[in-house]
Amino acid sequence: MAAGNRPLSPHLQVYRWQITMALSILHRITGVGLALGLLLLTWWLAAAASGPEYFNTVHAIMGSEIGRVLLFGFTVSLYFHLFNGIRHLIWDAGYGFELDVMRKSGWLVLVISVVMTLLTFLVGYGSA
Amino acid sequence: MVEFNFPANSKVKGGKSHKAPAGAKNVRSFQVYRYDPDSGENPRTDTFEVDMDDCGPMVLDALIKIKNEIDPTLTFRRSCREGICGSCAMNIDGTNTLACTKDCEDVKGDVKISPLPHLEIIKDLVGDLSNFYAQYASIKPWLETQTPAPPDSERLQSEDERRLIDGLYECILCACCSTSCPSYWWNSDRYLGPAVLLQAYRWLIDSRDESQGERLDQLEDPFRLYRCHTIMNCTNTCPKSLNPAKAIAEIKKMMVQRQV
Repeated sequence: MAAGNRPLSPHLQVYRWQITMALSILHRITGVGLALGLLLLTWWLAAAASGPEYFNTVHAIMGSEIGRVLLFGFTVSLYFHLFNGIRHLIWDAGYGFELDVMRKSGWLVLVISVVMTLLTFLVGYGSA
Repeated sequence: MVEFNFPANSKVKGGKSHKAPAGAKNVRSFQVYRYDPDSGENPRTDTFEVDMDDCGPMVLDALIKIKNEIDPTLTFRRSCREGICGSCAMNIDGTNTLACTKDCEDVKGDVKISPLPHLEIIKDLVGDLSNFYAQYASIKPWLETQTPAPPDSERLQSEDERRLIDGLYECILCACCSTSCPSYWWNSDRYLGPAVLLQAYRWLIDSRDESQGERLDQLEDPFRLYRCHTIMNCTNTCPKSLNPAKAIAEIKKMMVQRQV
């Protein structure tokens, strides 16, 4: 068989997006988000250790609009990765593989993540 | 590896259009992936208009009608036309399924048909499944025993033991699930994929098999088994309503259980 120049059939280009696969890639993306968020947190803590002057600078950056967007991303990542992680844990125990259950649990994770993020920002900035 | 750049020789170009016969009232358009290995040209999408009043209900019926009446060069695998042979597996309307059991009515708008995803294409809707079959052979899909067979009977199992392979033995190896899996797209050289892992589990839990340890040893590998990231496309797409994701989870559980 001459396999020389055979084309590859379309994959991502044609495959219909489904809630399960969308959340799967989102889990990975928010994992990266968590790593970056931890850098942010470390920077903030290191600034606190290095003295009031530098801390105030970093604190001001965190409070700026860009800082808030970054913190928002970090918070979304944290909640989504946490709740979807629990979903994965339940799968690892062998439960929740029925089609309707895996779809519903996906939507549930998504809704809880959004609600918790908004709640966190409401409480955080509401009291400040 | 993940490929975001689709190879240049694989980019799909616009193709020919075949109009429905005059007077046809119930017309559906079928957009079909075409690749002619002899032309040296890129794959293309041909559009065929079919009069559904003069055609069977399933996507396979339409494909056969197109081949018989419009373009005899259209190439696809098919055999049983009733969902038991697994030959006519292809991507229809964005998900993998069997053309013979997919009702055209279940598709909104034009019916888009392409080969099973991320395979080397031999011609039109026929992808190369050599690797898939080789992987199937690698899990030794047969009963392995050490003890001598009973002299006066077959190797028997209880009804409960037999029940364990329900939902597994029905797999027809159509490859819909494996070729729906992004992990398999990027790592099919080393990851076994959902269909083959479901089969692996089918032999792992067969009460008559005596090679469970060796079978698990074979699967204990970062790629062969553990490239499954529970993306769930496999279970979503299985035309036989089986659950490869669940079978893979059970294998992962067996791996843990034998450690403790």
